[in-house]
Amino acid sequence: MSEGVLTLPRLVGRIRSVAWYFWRFVFAALMLAGTCATWLRITRGLGGVTNLSDRFPWGIWVGFDVLCGVGLAAGGFTLVAAVHIFNIRRYEPIVRPAVLTAFLGYLLVVLALLFDLGRPWNIWHPLIMWNPHSVMFEVAWCVTLYSTVLSLEFIPAVLEKLQWQRTLAWLRVISVPLVIAGVILSTLHQSSLGSLFLIVPNKLYPLWYSPMLPVMFFFSAVCAGLAMTIFESFHSSRAFGRQLEMPLLNGMARLLAVLLTVFLTIRFLDLLHREVLGLLVVNRTETWLFWLECALMMVPASLLFSRHVRHNPLALYLMSLMVLFGFIANRLNVSITGMEAASGVHYVPRWSEVAITLAICALGFAVFRWAVLNLPVFEAKEVQGHES
Amino acid sequence: MCIGCRACEQGCAQRWNLVWNETVGAEERLSAHKLTTITTHDGRYSRRLCMHCEIPTCVSVCPVGALQKTLEGPVVYDASKCMGCRYCMTACPFQVPVYEWSARVPRVRKCDMCRDRQLAGKPTACAEACPTGATACGDRDSMIAEAQKRIADHPGDYYPRIYGVREAGGTSVLMLSAVPFEQLGLRTDLPTQPLPSLTWAALSHVPDVVTVGSVLLGGVWWITHRREEVAREERRSKEPES
Repeated sequence: MSEGVLTLPRLVGRIRSVAWYFWRFVFAALMLAGTCATWLRITRGLGGVTNLSDRFPWGIWVGFDVLCGVGLAAGGFTLVAAVHIFNIRRYEPIVRPAVLTAFLGYLLVVLALLFDLGRPWNIWHPLIMWNPHSVMFEVAWCVTLYSTVLSLEFIPAVLEKLQWQRTLAWLRVISVPLVIAGVILSTLHQSSLGSLFLIVPNKLYPLWYSPMLPVMFFFSAVCAGLAMTIFESFHSSRAFGRQLEMPLLNGMARLLAVLLTVFLTIRFLDLLHREVLGLLVVNRTETWLFWLECALMMVPASLLFSRHVRHNPLALYLMSLMVLFGFIANRLNVSITGMEAASGVHYVPRWSEVAITLAICALGFAVFRWAVLNLPVFEAKEVQGHES
Repeated sequence: MCIGCRACEQGCAQRWNLVWNETVGAEERLSAHKLTTITTHDGRYSRRLCMHCEIPTCVSVCPVGALQKTLEGPVVYDASKCMGCRYCMTACPFQVPVYEWSARVPRVRKCDMCRDRQLAGKPTACAEACPTGATACGDRDSMIAEAQKRIADHPGDYYPRIYGVREAGGTSVLMLSAVPFEQLGLRTDLPTQPLPSLTWAALSHVPDVVTVGSVLLGGVWWITHRREEVAREERRSKEPES
């Protein structure tokens, strides 16, 4: 065989190296665009980089970066609860990646907030200027506290690398209250992000406005967190050449199917009780968006009950992707598209809003990659264990 | 009674040191440079300004307490506390608070019912500027009495309701009209209960979630780990026998 013949493994290798350069290029391009947009944000203010207006004060930085960012990080508390509270030990190998995702997720949410807030240097004000009647105040406190909890839940990975045994032992002592606090704080703010919209009964389209918003935000966040963990396992296994933990993913997918069904049931019962089922057949943009969002949840909800689908890696991957898109569609519908009709304006994000959002996502991927390559994320020896 | 002369807009602009000219006058919407405006609806005039709710939505949602309801009635804003989350703008049922979008240190802007003037015993700038008495200023109860009197004295001229007595739990700004309010672009689909109670229905459960949640999770943790411990003990006690 001569050198020039393209065998299959060689072809795969070549595509991989092309893909590697391609992603580096994409990353650099996103960072460059993000930097330009950041410069404009600083020099020209919110009006110079966003299409926000007095009638439409919240755009994708709130709708996507904050609402979706926090929800997609919900895998962290879900897995921590499963392993450390419900003592389902077999999930232990994926706790650390999920906690890392959550921790990075929250840091990126705060970063996005620094862009979105009109006066970002006052971001710490809710900690000293209290208003307990404000949902935003509660969210601010929960997110601050939970980020602290997450940092303490992840720091063992750093300490193991540094071999700081005494600190590790000390962290093990407080781990149970810490884990419980983390789950409670997550429950509170995941649902409170829904409560944020309880105050706009006359602005949010009735397919989404509901007194049940906090409950629905909680369930959908847990679904998104599980889907994100499955999604992430696939990418980690490809990127870092690891074996897929199919039995674990299979178990999570089964739970995901149950939770999605619970979520959808609450969803439609709520429409029934609010007597707005008729809106499901009105020919309006909102109706189509609602059905899109529900279809993206219904298909995985039913198919994931099938053993064949759960055992097929590609199908499982696609299902988790659908749940993620369904979740994102839900959050954007509540915060943006569902609010448009009442606002009387049509909001489309400006390039700079999208650039900053994408740059923040890219940064998240890059930091995750760095952490996995440099810290014991996947090969955790003993994760805050209580074993003998 | 309003003749659409926009003297109220000019009085307001003067009070806030804002520029007012014909172009600004023609923009019939609230903005960072226009805190009250006349709106035209088929030859009829109406006004927009902060309604100064009795139980204000914006005050309840502000995470840092930058917005406050004063005892005298005005809802006022303290820019030094504000972090710029714009939740007040999203939440306000009357879509009143506006933002300085192009400023590097932006503020929320809204009518403060000329609190300083009122404390000094003077009427609001808009009421003072109004040549016809269409805008009047005074104690809420006496204004309701005045509105009822105007409706009773000229039953044919007024739509027999006062906008702001019940809307969103009641407001400190009241409006009269010759036609149903929705024809003047005013929202009539607002609940009569104050909106903050909708949030409070959920927010008041936070202590319950914390206490019940901690006990439940602690209980689950204890049971699952105790089960494991017992299993281990049993294994150990059996070993010597075998």
